[in-house]
Amino acid sequence: MAELTYLQAISDGLRTEMRRDKRVFLIGEDVGVYGGAFKVSLGFQEEFGPWRVVDAPLAETAILGACTGASMMGMRPVAEMQFADFVSCAWDQLVTVAAKQRWRAGTPVPIVVRLPSGGGFSGGPFHSQNPESSFAHIPGLKCVCPATPEDAKGLLISAIEDPNPVLFFEHKHLYRRIKGEVPEERYTVPIGKARTHRLGNDISIITWGAMVYTAEEAAQQLEGDGVSVEILDLRTVMPWDKAAVLDSVRKTSKVIVLHEDNRTGGFGAEIAATIAEEAFEDLDAPVKRIAAPDTPVPFSPPLEKAFIPQVDDVVAGLRDLAAY
Amino acid sequence: MPQMGVSVSEGTITKWLKQEGEHVEADEPLLEISTDKVDTEVPSPATGTLVQILVREGETVDVGTKLGQIGGTSGAPAPAPAPPAPAPAPAADTPAPAPPPAPAPAAPAQAPPAAEASGNGKFVSPVVARIASEHGIDPNQVPGTGRGGRVTKQDILAVVEAGGPTTSSEPAAPAAPAAPPPPPPPVARPQAQPVVSAGETVEPVSAMRRGIAEHMRRSVDTAAHVTSAIEVDMSRIVAARESLKKEYQSAYGVNPTYLAFIGTAAVSTLKDYPYINGELRGDSIVTRNFVNLGIAVELAEGKGLIVPVIRNAEGLNLLGMARSIADIAARARDKKLLPDDVQGGTFTITNPGGYGTFHGTPVINQPQSAILGTYALVKRPWVVTDENGNDALAIKPMMNITLTYDHRLVDGAYAGRFLRDLRQRLEGWEGDGG
Repeated sequence: MAELTYLQAISDGLRTEMRRDKRVFLIGEDVGVYGGAFKVSLGFQEEFGPWRVVDAPLAETAILGACTGASMMGMRPVAEMQFADFVSCAWDQLVTVAAKQRWRAGTPVPIVVRLPSGGGFSGGPFHSQNPESSFAHIPGLKCVCPATPEDAKGLLISAIEDPNPVLFFEHKHLYRRIKGEVPEERYTVPIGKARTHRLGNDISIITWGAMVYTAEEAAQQLEGDGVSVEILDLRTVMPWDKAAVLDSVRKTSKVIVLHEDNRTGGFGAEIAATIAEEAFEDLDAPVKRIAAPDTPVPFSPPLEKAFIPQVDDVVAGLRDLAAY
Repeated sequence: MPQMGVSVSEGTITKWLKQEGEHVEADEPLLEISTDKVDTEVPSPATGTLVQILVREGETVDVGTKLGQIGGTSGAPAPAPAPPAPAPAPAADTPAPAPPPAPAPAAPAQAPPAAEASGNGKFVSPVVARIASEHGIDPNQVPGTGRGGRVTKQDILAVVEAGGPTTSSEPAAPAAPAAPPPPPPPVARPQAQPVVSAGETVEPVSAMRRGIAEHMRRSVDTAAHVTSAIEVDMSRIVAARESLKKEYQSAYGVNPTYLAFIGTAAVSTLKDYPYINGELRGDSIVTRNFVNLGIAVELAEGKGLIVPVIRNAEGLNLLGMARSIADIAARARDKKLLPDDVQGGTFTITNPGGYGTFHGTPVINQPQSAILGTYALVKRPWVVTDENGNDALAIKPMMNITLTYDHRLVDGAYAGRFLRDLRQRLEGWEGDGG
């Protein structure tokens, strides 16, 4: 085991697969000579050469179109969107072509799209979004949102192995801030299995990505009140681990669904609705959502702080449910 | 609502035979109920005055629901009962339904959503309601520590752990004289209103019809239905019936019907064909050393079909079979069947030939493996061969008999041999057994 940052764990996973499987290649803007905007692929072109670490033009449609075609010819492409926000330019290739291909023609489309996502560093409206719910809504696409270095490596390898297009949402704010023990050997973390980040009895927080850490800090503050909080890290939102969520709800009977994406139509709405449908008789309080408001991500640091759910917001939500 | 058999969970009140204020004797018929198994009368559990009817005709409630109240042993009604207005809606002091969720919580300090309902009812959350009902606890008797005194899950779990129900069956105000305790709300089944066009009429689906519909659909979805038919020369049966009829009717008061003959012969034949009397149960095949023979009986006015069961039919001779069929048919018509009378069948006979049909493909009564169909007895020209090998046409009373079987368990040749043996028993009938 080595202690790696979240970013190093992603590099490690990608390097492991590229060394193991010659069909795996990386394509994206500045991923080659420059090593990627966040340096995930630093040194990759030296090791694997320019034909496996491809600098693409500034055209996300072209990147995803190339990946789709290559995957249908037997390759295992990994695309990097420089920022998750830019994937909207590739919507047509991803949603109309890649997501449908297997259902239409039976052809596997083993693409991984890496999406540096999330805010918290004044990136503004074009460099801070969390668009996972838009893609979770599209049948044929899988959406992965790791929170820890160990999960980042294991889920990236699972994503590359998967015969379907997988969107790998890597949270930029975790890149260098979060460190953890990561096995040096190759391993996988299953897509669709949640992880209990913290065990508790009184209130469940269902969350993923960077919000796992916000939830953890809030849960620690509630310890003093004698309120025991369980945190479930979904790890993947499509498919999502419904059984684990319902198990936790049945235990605590009070739930907060927490995410960094906008509230309306965010993936938390799907989870809250499912809880209402399938665990209604286990609820002791209304299901509470804590999410960003329905605006673009603001640039100004104080506004961004007001926008992204903060520890204090989660503490207030927990106290409200505890008193209910 | 009495438990009318192991698998019955709810019943519909079809008719109150006594009205509020009327005197009723113990065991006197009090009301009629309809379940998915049977329609039946419910005898009064006690002698007294029917003080109050809590569940009205047409309503469907769970087993265990209080239907009404019988008070006092004298014929006089209890002094000045509150006028028993036929409260159309649940009484006012029942727990209020959950308030609609508050709009998006703009600030953590929102108004308590658990607003006090009128009366003493407090908001009861879904999980508290479920735990309360599972343990027979009145949540209004539990001290609440939640917002606005709401009973939380922890509060009610503490009561459960402390030893179950509070003594909550006592009326809240013991001093109030002669006031009947508030009725629990009838658990009415919410029903979607169908869209009706001009010229159409709508009637509610009875519990029995719902049960039949579910059962028929499930059977067709479960079994691989195949039907084989055979023609039977019933000459000897017709003759035997003629000779026994007078004796049976005068000595025993029972009619030796064709069905009794066929039932007796079928039960005898089943001994050699255990799979036809068997069942595919999960990954296992179950066979039996007994036959519980179901007889399909049509209820009056097309109100449905019921299949009462003659238990241990293998022990019956023709007279016993005739008596048993007459008994269950009469009890089916008079709504005197108990739910357990219609359970546990292993093989069924249906007789759709009463109106002249000569062939049919009945649906198997799950979880059985086969159903025998009997059809109209008609005189037909039939080729007979004498001992010298000469063919001649004769007029014979012929009956078609079908066996519809589940091909998952019963093979076609096996079913064919069963029908052959059954025909041989009927065509060679002797005495009072096949």
